[in-house]
Amino acid sequence: MALTTQQIAEINRFAGHYRQKSGAAVEALKLVQRSNRWISNVDLAAVAALLNMSPDSLEGVATFHNLIFRRPVGRHVILVCDSVSCWIMGCTNVGGHLRRRLGVDWGGTTPDDRFTLLPIVCLGACDHAPTLMIDADLHADVTASGLDRILEDYP
Amino acid sequence: MASVTIDGRSYDVEAGDNLLHACLSLGFDLPYFCWHPAMGSVGACRQCAVKVFRSPEDHKGRLVMACMTPATDGLHLSLDDPEARAFRASVIEWLMTNHPHDCPVCPEGGECHLQDMTVMTGHVHRRYRFRKRTFRNQYLGPFIAQEMNRCIACYRCVRFYRDYAGGQDFDVFASHRYVFFGRSADGVLENEFSGNLAEVCPTGVFTDKPLGREYARKWDMAGSPSICVHCGLGCNVTVNARAGRLRRLLNRYHHEINGYFLCDRGRFGYGFADQPERFRQPLRRGQPASRAETLEHLKDVLAKAKIIGIGSPRASLEANFALRQLVGPDRFHLGLAADQHRLVSLIIDVLQKGPAPAATLAEAEAADAVLVLGEDLPNTAPRLALALRQASRQKGFAIADRLEIPRWLDISVRDAVQEERSPIYIATADATRLDDVASGVYRLADGEVARLGFAVAQAVDGDGPRVPDASPDLAALAQVIALALCEAKRPLVVSGTGSASQAVVEAAANVAWALCHRGREARLSMVVPECDSLGLGLMGGGSLADAFQAVEAGAADTLIVLENDLYRRAERTAVEHCLDQLRHLVVLDHTPHRTAARAEVLLPAASFAEGDGTLVNNEGRAQRFFSVRPPPADIQESWRWLRDLAALRGDPSVTAWQRLDDVTAACAAALPVLAGITEAAPGADFRVDGAKIPRQPPRYSGRTAMHADQTIREPKPADDPDTPLSYSMEGSAVALPPSAIPYFWAPAWNSVQAVNKFQQEVGGLLRGGPPGVRLIHPGHPGRRSYLPEIPRPFTPRRGRWWIQPLHALFGSEELSRHSPPIAERLATPSLALPPTDAARLGLAEGALVELRLGSETLRLPVSLHPALAAGTGGLTAGLPETLGLPLPAWAEVRAVSETPP
Amino acid sequence: MTDTADTRPLTGAIPSDGSALGLAGYHRSGGYEGAAKALREMTPDGIRDEVTKAGLRGRGGAGFSTGRKWGFLPRQDGGQRYLVVNGDEMEPGTFKDRVLLEGNPHQLIEGMVISAFAIQASQAIIFLRGEYTLAAQRLAVALAEATDAGFVGGNLLGTGYDLEIQLHSSAGRYICGEETALLTSLEGKRAIPRAKPPFPQTSGLWGCPTVVNNVETLCNVPHIVRNGSAWYRSLSCGEDGGTKIYGVSGRVKRPGAWELPMGTTVREILEEHAGGMQDGYRLRGLLPGGASTEFLTADQLDVAMDFGSVEKAGSRLGTGTMIILDDRTCPVGMLLNLEHFFAQESCGWCTPCRDGLPWIERMLEAIENGEGRPEDLDLLAMHVDLLGPGKTFCALAPGAMEPLGSGLKHFRADFERHIAEGRCPWRQ
Ligand SMILES: Cc1cc2nc3c(=O)[nH]c(=O)nc-3n(C[C@H](O)[C@H](O)[C@H](O)COP(=O)(O)O)c2cc1C
Ligand code: SF4
Ligand code: FES
Repeated sequence: MALTTQQIAEINRFAGHYRQKSGAAVEALKLVQRSNRWISNVDLAAVAALLNMSPDSLEGVATFHNLIFRRPVGRHVILVCDSVSCWIMGCTNVGGHLRRRLGVDWGGTTPDDRFTLLPIVCLGACDHAPTLMIDADLHADVTASGLDRILEDYP
Repeated sequence: MASVTIDGRSYDVEAGDNLLHACLSLGFDLPYFCWHPAMGSVGACRQCAVKVFRSPEDHKGRLVMACMTPATDGLHLSLDDPEARAFRASVIEWLMTNHPHDCPVCPEGGECHLQDMTVMTGHVHRRYRFRKRTFRNQYLGPFIAQEMNRCIACYRCVRFYRDYAGGQDFDVFASHRYVFFGRSADGVLENEFSGNLAEVCPTGVFTDKPLGREYARKWDMAGSPSICVHCGLGCNVTVNARAGRLRRLLNRYHHEINGYFLCDRGRFGYGFADQPERFRQPLRRGQPASRAETLEHLKDVLAKAKIIGIGSPRASLEANFALRQLVGPDRFHLGLAADQHRLVSLIIDVLQKGPAPAATLAEAEAADAVLVLGEDLPNTAPRLALALRQASRQKGFAIADRLEIPRWLDISVRDAVQEERSPIYIATADATRLDDVASGVYRLADGEVARLGFAVAQAVDGDGPRVPDASPDLAALAQVIALALCEAKRPLVVSGTGSASQAVVEAAANVAWALCHRGREARLSMVVPECDSLGLGLMGGGSLADAFQAVEAGAADTLIVLENDLYRRAERTAVEHCLDQLRHLVVLDHTPHRTAARAEVLLPAASFAEGDGTLVNNEGRAQRFFSVRPPPADIQESWRWLRDLAALRGDPSVTAWQRLDDVTAACAAALPVLAGITEAAPGADFRVDGAKIPRQPPRYSGRTAMHADQTIREPKPADDPDTPLSYSMEGSAVALPPSAIPYFWAPAWNSVQAVNKFQQEVGGLLRGGPPGVRLIHPGHPGRRSYLPEIPRPFTPRRGRWWIQPLHALFGSEELSRHSPPIAERLATPSLALPPTDAARLGLAEGALVELRLGSETLRLPVSLHPALAAGTGGLTAGLPETLGLPLPAWAEVRAVSETPP
Repeated sequence: MTDTADTRPLTGAIPSDGSALGLAGYHRSGGYEGAAKALREMTPDGIRDEVTKAGLRGRGGAGFSTGRKWGFLPRQDGGQRYLVVNGDEMEPGTFKDRVLLEGNPHQLIEGMVISAFAIQASQAIIFLRGEYTLAAQRLAVALAEATDAGFVGGNLLGTGYDLEIQLHSSAGRYICGEETALLTSLEGKRAIPRAKPPFPQTSGLWGCPTVVNNVETLCNVPHIVRNGSAWYRSLSCGEDGGTKIYGVSGRVKRPGAWELPMGTTVREILEEHAGGMQDGYRLRGLLPGGASTEFLTADQLDVAMDFGSVEKAGSRLGTGTMIILDDRTCPVGMLLNLEHFFAQESCGWCTPCRDGLPWIERMLEAIENGEGRPEDLDLLAMHVDLLGPGKTFCALAPGAMEPLGSGLKHFRADFERHIAEGRCPWRQ
């Protein structure tokens, strides 16, 4: 899938803010990922061309970051914080519950393509641990029982 | 100078130099990985830790990375400090947590920098007991093999390939312990310097793939100092062989030429010398013949025939001189294509007249403004292209100087400099792979390139010939370029034979001379196509046309062709017309070609691998190459064959030649311009401590078993009457003359990085100075310029295209084509056209066209080259399909099929 | 000035319903008065002097004097300069910048305007971690409002000073918070730290002079300018000026973040504001300022939380957000969790960090799983020593060693028990 004209325009707008277009690399990838869910090789090459980068150097940047997906993910990505405060507050249970409930391990995507389950580092809401994010939404003070209801909001 | 105290003793070092470089140059064994003398410091591996102390009273000190720390006057440091030692050992221990310890099956084993550093730090005992990380390896093409599990993440590969050589298809991916170095997907490495990865990588991740196929350990290979025969730059190489077979070719450090790096054509081109089709015995009309009966036959021929000789720009001076002696100077012809003949003579004239001297590659690298006229350097002189890529950083160094960032602090210099580049202007027919570092690129027909050059010269000096009908654009452009060159301290003008245009070379000379006249230290770099083009030009002789004329006129009926395919040098019809009239054609060569196929007598000549001789590179530097193996039974050096032929005729002066030195000396004596060549390297009588220099390293193993399948007695090693080297292992391999070092090896340094121990300072001159002798010393300064006929502006013609020669790194050069790894990468023939012109003809990429050029008609697919100027086209020279075409020339182009068949 | 604005200048005006303070509300709280004063009445040097005198120290963790940091810029040469806001906040246990970003985005913008003017930058960039989506939205709104109101953009407040502010949202890497790696990241490269020297003030973003400051640091600046350095110093009860946003997470009754005088004691924060330990849990130790600080123990509760005092107590103030280790949590497990984080977030550039941290992680994992060996403790100690400051390329690995080194010291018996018993005593 090639980039849409709107995506191209947005990326060019970002790129305009930087001394060199490459500065917009991460934001451009995120933008494409928002609509395409993940970054395919074709997307990567297209973004690289827009930013005057070689596909290899953009790949170096893409694979460096935790939140750029170079493999297909489900419609919703669940990021479960596994850093220290959440760990103290029981994120292991949250993760365990999700894995059982969704029937996938870390990194896995449910067969209906609905959820991909990933661990994430501290989400910066440690006073409300355990926390997780689904897509762009933060969920704090998560409990195993409350989780099931949260998931319903993500068809 | 700074005085520093190292473990209690005081030393003088260069102030501001980094401590690692300083310590290594002083001879200390301080381990390192990420640092490289040509690539500077980045502080990643943390291997070079030393202790520094504020004062003699400071006993605590602080660990620093030597490579990141400048030497300051009064500094106290310790390499021996227990904490520093422990830290360095720990770095190895960390690196080893993931390293597979597969040294026995690793091609790097025995010449591995990681092994050396491991031993150097004393790390012996493994404490990590957990799983190692593993990677999947990639296919990277015919040159380089990858085994990522061995990676120690020193980042040298990506720093070389991407940052130093400008490669776009290699990078570092992922992060933390999973950092991966390679391509984003399997595929052939595109950059023309990829082979250096094998030397840059300190362990066995990137290794020489052809070596891997016919593997031998470093200690099991004989080495010889040699010169690359695949272009005119004269890069120094080391050839490795075992059991008579070539195994690989390595960079041989030459401070002023190749430094640490070679191009892939040079590194992987050697395979022609061992290809199955190679000539290994005399042939008579294509049939094997004995040496005795061949000579007998030739005796008859020589007695009756009217002979002329044709020499070769890819044969040694000695071979050419022997032919010249055999046939007589008047009957000796250079065997260059007509335009090349003119151009090489012109280039010699330019360099001899001066005042602009020929640039060494080191000087090219230091140039702060460059104008390239008509030369597609990555394809015609790749190592020079790499030097100019570094020259593009000169402006950045000035920025770094201002910010007080040491130039060696590569990581910070690149961050500070970003994309700032020195002015480099490239005017060529087609796009080049150096364009990415250029401040301006101009795609012009050769005549326009010359006009631009003349206009620049005029703009620099005001006194050169004026360009008639110069457009305002051309004049403005010339002003811009002239200004940049004039503002530079060390401007460089690059041109050469690549565009086959005399005007282009003259224009380049005018620019350089104009700059000299304006008081700039301008240098000229003139690219010539072959390894002895300049040497042959200096020797002088008739042109190929003269030779053909002599045959045509009946003044000659027998041709002796030395290591040359005439079909490369002139149009097929002209060559055939000449050959058809001959009574006898005698060809000396090692590699098959069309001329050889027509020989009545073929004499199998030694290649660079079995022969020795002197070559003159494009700067006019005479350098000696030494054989790595004795010639097998029926093969001998061309000069010996020619001597034997002379003997048949009873020519006493030539018959007396016993060894190479005799020929070299005779040549030097006969031709004053070549007088210096005897000094290019030590002669056969040179001894170190009374012994010859061993080609085999001291640990060469299995010598007494090498012939066990044929005989159980051990034959005496072959004699080598021609050189100071022996085909054996006895003798001294230290304190050698710089031009005769068969391998770099030093106690505790088994890898290529042992070269450190042979340099006056690390990254500097070899002990004993730069190998070779410069033969050309430019004349007196003064105002001069060529007053040529300046070409008229280029105007496209209807239905015809100005077809210019293009060059392919893999394909255009004759010998490397025959090397198996390079054969996998050969350029395919096509007619390059600008897309708009192709569109007018209704041609898509790949469509078939018929091209009428001179007396030839070719059918070729079209390839679209957006950079070409309208009305121009290009053909890759030197391919079997394009051999001998008189390019550039007007040609008719006719569509055969509009889409790819 | 209201009472809260007096004692809690940074957070006093933040609405309690979780919404963001808009432009109108910000104006009501005195917002942009500092910017007006700075641009109209003060010189860049004057602002810097005031900030230096105020004793403002960087809130990103290292605690360097903000005024002095600005002073390292070379003399103005008319070239491009940048102010970059470090909003990466990925240090585990840290959630103070989020409070400011989500609650009062204009305050950061005003701080940027004044600071950018003080260093004469014409472009400022907010580097925000990718997961802070709400903060990103609110900043975008606030930036639009501020631009419309003439506080951002061309000819600010009619003074002729131009400032473009740009929001850059990242994609999740702890190392991006290291100020030089952050700059490399902004250039569209892999976020590998840079060598220092040269410092960003001489060669920063795109090679230009650059100042990187933390979100909280810059939020202090409008108040210093508006109310003066003397007032600012008086807010503190310690050596360093101003207030600090302290946070507590872990098994306490009311985890959260509070703006308090700089130098408030651990005890006050823990017991009064966080409500003390949850019932049934006892305090065993705490990391006072995020994951890369050394443990303080239950007998160190009277330490004042300012840079100097915490350092004297053997740790670092860091980000000022404490992580509480309780007696029902295994310290080995906690360290395993921390070192797993650091090992995974290592950028992969330098050897000790890239290959040392995973080894540490595996040893901790072995010990936690009952497969530890006595010599592992020596090896862990060796790593603490060899990954210390100056030995690795950047401060990530030394930061990772702070909890480990202190943990090995304070909880040695727990480690030994794991090894001796071949199991984790905290696991059923
Ligand atoms: C690994 C690492 C991560 C860091 N992460 C952050 C961060 O997320 N936010 C931050 O403000 N500073 C962070 N820092 C500190 C910054 O390098 C820098 O000191 C700070 O942004 C300077 O701002 P300040 O002077 O206002 O404190 C980090 C440092 C290191 C070594
Ligand atoms: S300590 Fe080294 S590997 Fe670790 S994050 Fe810093 S530079 Fe990267
Ligand atoms: S050689 Fe000094 S850190 Fe790598």
